[in-house]
Amino acid sequence: MAEPLNLSIHFGGGAELLFDKIKKREVELPALKKYMPDCQHEKWTIRELLQWIKDNLLKERLELFMQGDSVRPGILVLINDADWELYGELDYEIQNNDTILFISTLHGG
Amino acid sequence: MPVPCRRDCGKNAVLKRPKTGDALCKECFFWAFETEIHYTITKAELFNKGDSVAIGASGGKDSTVLAYVLKTLNQRYNYGLNLLLLSIDEGITGYRDDSLETVKQNRDDYEMPLKILSYKDLYGWTMDEIVAQIGRKNNCTFCGVFRRQALDRGAAMLDVKCIATGHNADDIAETVLMNVLRGDIARLKRCTAISTGSEGTIPRVKPLKYTYEKEIVMYAHYKKLVYFSTECVFAPNAYRGHARALLKDMEKIRPSCIMDIIYSGETMSVKEQVSLPTQRICSRCKFVSSQEVCKACVLLEGLNKGLPKLGIGKSSKAKRMLEEYNSKQTQNESNKLEEAVKDLKDVSNVATDKSKGLCRNKKNTNKENDNVDNKCNKNNCCGGTCKSNAKNIDPAVSNKKLNMLLEQYGLDEQNTEDLSNTEKANGSHIEGENSDNEEPTVNGDDEDDTCSSSCGRLGSLQIGF
Repeated sequence: MAEPLNLSIHFGGGAELLFDKIKKREVELPALKKYMPDCQHEKWTIRELLQWIKDNLLKERLELFMQGDSVRPGILVLINDADWELYGELDYEIQNNDTILFISTLHGG
Repeated sequence: MPVPCRRDCGKNAVLKRPKTGDALCKECFFWAFETEIHYTITKAELFNKGDSVAIGASGGKDSTVLAYVLKTLNQRYNYGLNLLLLSIDEGITGYRDDSLETVKQNRDDYEMPLKILSYKDLYGWTMDEIVAQIGRKNNCTFCGVFRRQALDRGAAMLDVKCIATGHNADDIAETVLMNVLRGDIARLKRCTAISTGSEGTIPRVKPLKYTYEKEIVMYAHYKKLVYFSTECVFAPNAYRGHARALLKDMEKIRPSCIMDIIYSGETMSVKEQVSLPTQRICSRCKFVSSQEVCKACVLLEGLNKGLPKLGIGKSSKAKRMLEEYNSKQTQNESNKLEEAVKDLKDVSNVATDKSKGLCRNKKNTNKENDNVDNKCNKNNCCGGTCKSNAKNIDPAVSNKKLNMLLEQYGLDEQNTEDLSNTEKANGSHIEGENSDNEEPTVNGDDEDDTCSSSCGRLGSLQIGF
């Protein structure tokens, strides 16, 4: 059984407006099998993290943050301060103490 | 597994560039990002040594990055530019007031002089007041048109050679797409120009024209630049929002589509037989316009005459509304004497003929209203401080006059009601005229007549431009 995961979730560029204007959160994820019994694998990836965020943090205006099972195009995702496009995007396996940052490019000019 | 930087500098990459697909480390990304903008500036010869350049600054990501990069390049490549910040305060509580604080931060951080011009000072109306008049439906049109002109005026005051705006590649691709979708050939032709402006106007330049939004945001993030990212409090422009969403979806699948759309816009040519509006000078404010009177003046006149929908939608409609309004006035003017004489004659008959009196009474009251409006129009620049012409007449004054007339003619209260019904009917007529459609081909004066900010995002420079 996998250990619980600790990670920091950050929001910026206006994305924090969807999350009670809180920019930084420390969260602990339960064992994936407990949280999603149907999941085919044991390790948390960004895909499941987004589902968890949707279930636990995002209260309204879901469509401004997510599209399908991914983030809405125009929201950048940084894993430990690097572009998630370099790390497999949704399939990246989350490590303990990772920092995941979501930055909206869609706000303001 | 970390990905190594494409330039073999030995460091790990931090981002994948959307334009090229290259994985770069932080330092190499900064270098590529800045060098490309430098290349854009020099290739298009945007500036000359010694120029004063106003940066349209909204406090948002684009203008913040633009100010930072221009300052950096100015020093690195010895452009010899005198850089200033120019901000427009639309008067949107909870939005612009906050973002202006960010601009002031930029002023201090980048050591550039800052000039702030407000809609209130320029036009006599804040956006908050305009929205109170017109509702939330077409406010982006006012905001965009006014901002554009406000920037011109600010630039003239600062005596600069040009205005640099933060329009990025995504903004421009989005505008190309929108103009295609609207069949707006005149704007389609202009919107990809890196430098716009004709004889007698202060040119606008877009140094970030080929810079992806993603890279701007990443650059600001890694450089820890402070920018303001709150949505405008007024409703966003739905149409631009759709174009934007479409573009972002396509960019996800094929990131180079942004550059490709810009390229298409740049190289497209318009058939010779397509007639395009010619640019001229607005007969009122002397700024550039595609019409006899520019859009900003039409909108302002609408506000000041209590016809806020004037200028929304087709210009032919505006013309018609104005003509009706004016002809009513002229007619009333010329009839005035005649009426007065007639009235005098009629007074003796009034007591015996009530229905006739009612008729006359209505006419007279209208006349009074129009006369008040008239006075105000004569000094055109009451700038909205003269609210008397906005929406009918002060009810107290109106009632007083009415009562006087009633007394004079010995009419009863019922008539008052009739009159107010007429006014209501007129009001709803104007409402009904409202249309969401923007005139596609005319009005070349507003390249971005919507909010450039994500308020739909033409918004951005939109001031954000």
